[in-house]
Amino acid sequence: MRARLMALVAACFLMLLVCAPGASAATLPSAVPAADSGTSIKGTLEGPTDKPVPKVRVTVKQKGTSVGSATTNAKGEWQVSVPKPGDYTVTLDVSTLPKNLQLRSKGGETLPDVSVRPGSARTVIFPLIPKSQQQESEEGSSGGATEGSGSGGTDQGSTGAGDTGAPAAGQPPINPQDSSTPFLNRFLQMTVEGIKLGAIIAITAVGLSLVFGTTRLINFAHGELVTIGAVVAYVFSTSPMHLPLVLATAIAIAVGALVGGAMELSLWRPMRKKSAGLIQMFIISIGLSLLLRHLILTFFGSRRNQYSQYTVQETVHLGPIQITPRDLFVTGLSILVLFGVAYMLQRTRIGKATRAVSDNTDLAEASGIDVNKVILTVWVIGGGLAALGGVFYGLTQAVYWDMGFNLLLLMFAGVILGGLGSAYGAMVGSFVVGLVAQLSTLWFPVELQNAWALLALIVVLLLRPQGILGRAERAG
Amino acid sequence: MDFISILSDAARGMFGPEAAIYALAAVGLNVHFGYTGLLNFGQVAFMLVGAYGVAVSVATWGLPLGVGVLIGIGCAVVLALVLGIPTLRLRGDYLAIATIAAGEILRYFYRSSYAQPLTGGVYGLRQFADGFYNLNPFTGTSYGFGAFTFSARSLWIMVVGWSLTVLCSLLVWLLIHAPWGRVLRAVREDELAARSLGKNVYGFKLQSLVLGGIIGALAGSLLAINVQSVQPDSYNPVVTFYLYAIVILGGASRIWGPVLGSVIFWFVVTFLDSFLRAATSSGLIPSSIIEGSDVGAVRFAFVGLGLMLLMIFKPAGILGNRKELRLDVR
Repeated sequence: MRARLMALVAACFLMLLVCAPGASAATLPSAVPAADSGTSIKGTLEGPTDKPVPKVRVTVKQKGTSVGSATTNAKGEWQVSVPKPGDYTVTLDVSTLPKNLQLRSKGGETLPDVSVRPGSARTVIFPLIPKSQQQESEEGSSGGATEGSGSGGTDQGSTGAGDTGAPAAGQPPINPQDSSTPFLNRFLQMTVEGIKLGAIIAITAVGLSLVFGTTRLINFAHGELVTIGAVVAYVFSTSPMHLPLVLATAIAIAVGALVGGAMELSLWRPMRKKSAGLIQMFIISIGLSLLLRHLILTFFGSRRNQYSQYTVQETVHLGPIQITPRDLFVTGLSILVLFGVAYMLQRTRIGKATRAVSDNTDLAEASGIDVNKVILTVWVIGGGLAALGGVFYGLTQAVYWDMGFNLLLLMFAGVILGGLGSAYGAMVGSFVVGLVAQLSTLWFPVELQNAWALLALIVVLLLRPQGILGRAERAG
Repeated sequence: MDFISILSDAARGMFGPEAAIYALAAVGLNVHFGYTGLLNFGQVAFMLVGAYGVAVSVATWGLPLGVGVLIGIGCAVVLALVLGIPTLRLRGDYLAIATIAAGEILRYFYRSSYAQPLTGGVYGLRQFADGFYNLNPFTGTSYGFGAFTFSARSLWIMVVGWSLTVLCSLLVWLLIHAPWGRVLRAVREDELAARSLGKNVYGFKLQSLVLGGIIGALAGSLLAINVQSVQPDSYNPVVTFYLYAIVILGGASRIWGPVLGSVIFWFVVTFLDSFLRAATSSGLIPSSIIEGSDVGAVRFAFVGLGLMLLMIFKPAGILGNRKELRLDVR
């Protein structure tokens, strides 16, 4: 019975594998182009309440000669292309500002020495406050000029909101620090949010942990498998394909599994044959991560996108907790998948072989286990799970080019908290990370939630270096 | 396509202020990774505290710039101790993730609204380095010949940056050839052997972390002075990855490895940038493949590819000695 079930699953999987790659190769390049930003200076002018300020004139000069000027559009955006990298002076024409607004500091309308690096769009911020407030007197300390994070097509939105990990779609329906709601309700609500985040981290981190367990490789490119999953599902579920998201997710899982398997076969297996050092492989995976991430940026663009289905939903009330059906489904399915993985590891032949290889590779090989086959299976499963986690993360947050990298550190935190190499440890650790991140917002700003999760990692390393479920092992 | 101007851009890039600053930070990383075998993936955190040491001291507290640099160095020492005391007993790969996490934690806190009165939050701080430029002995408009023409401002930064790099390299050379450095290399080669000879391995690792961290903080303050602004999001983990690319390219555990690596790295990066820009605008590469706006991303994809190929085929880099660098955990 069990064997027949496995065969059926395998057959479905194979079918997906066969139909997916050609289709994905054909559609990826036609994906959304990146926002136009060559060597230029740009910015978005916003009032105190984040309301865009249109029709304001900004002038760019170099050594006294005007290079160009722009007027902010309806969204408050402006951009001035500059001929070559170098230092420029950016001036905001105060007379074009609306009457009720002024700059946060005196003299803040002129930003000297704004240096533009080759290839990047330099983002310049003019902080505005209402006329009623006092201007800061200290000259020049107000204007903020930010580097376009060095990667050309990044806009302020994606660097600003992207790092805090809590954009609009991911925000809980109730304010965690709003004291009008009873503390217990807020606590329960954030616990549910934490379980949701933890479940998503866990399904992506299991693959990372299994790969580490079997090959001792710390795979920095695992985050990119997450992004690939989310992006593939996005491409298939929007024009021109318009597949239902469920089907697109199945394709994404297949592509993720395929990419995971391809990485193993084309890169990691040959490297192991060359008996490359672990640090060498670690750094190769960093290079691979940089490569894949920026390829995704090139083809997908820097925008944050939402899936067209299941994005806007009414919350349902479960006692004191409010949750969207989407989030409930994502959490439930993630936990179900985790149980599936645990069942596989515990009961099936390949799962037992995987644990054997993790425990002692040489001994497993000597007792007749095909180690390479086990490792390939682990990569395929890990890739598929990462892709699924990517779709879930995209559903609850947004789909963007470095979402996987943002999630990667949380995955590492989960894996190490639980104990490197133990798949169950990775699951437990991920839930701890998710809970710490979300519960911290009860007392601290949302922008710091990832910081607290990483701090929890360092604290656990201090008290129990082998992790929650890891085996003690002395080193150094 | 003007090939001469592309090449001259690249030639300027290889000696420009960025190359000097990255070389300096890489010298510090080389002490950690090359000589001690510490997998420090948080070098950017040292640069961050160095940069903010200068920026906060001058812009928020109104102290002189020199004091700011010293404060930055002090912060780096504290950071190295705080980071090193718990993590240096861990295995190499744990250390890597703990340090990268520490760098991110610092970045999150520096950009948070809590820290805004001190650090300017996401806006960062600007215009704090006038004290440095007032000392500029170069007063003309431009210096150099042909492709190597720099403004007085860049030249001043370059002179200071490259001198510091050379000084720090010489310092590292002296230390490494002293008994202290021999112990460091012994720790890298075989920690157990060093321990059994009665050496305090943990202490030596901590000293190495502090020394490399101070050099990293110097590079960070120079980076802040160069652009006259600090902004937390430019101190992300990718900076550390570039530093690793530079150290490995030049050759880890070689005195001049980081310097050579930085010069070549910035030559390649500026060359790629100029070339791709010219090729897309002149239509040599059709816009259906790469658009002008994607050049930044494509360039970083190439950096990643380069790092991979380097590590696969020539892990010891250009100057490195394969025997001396067995890249393995413990």
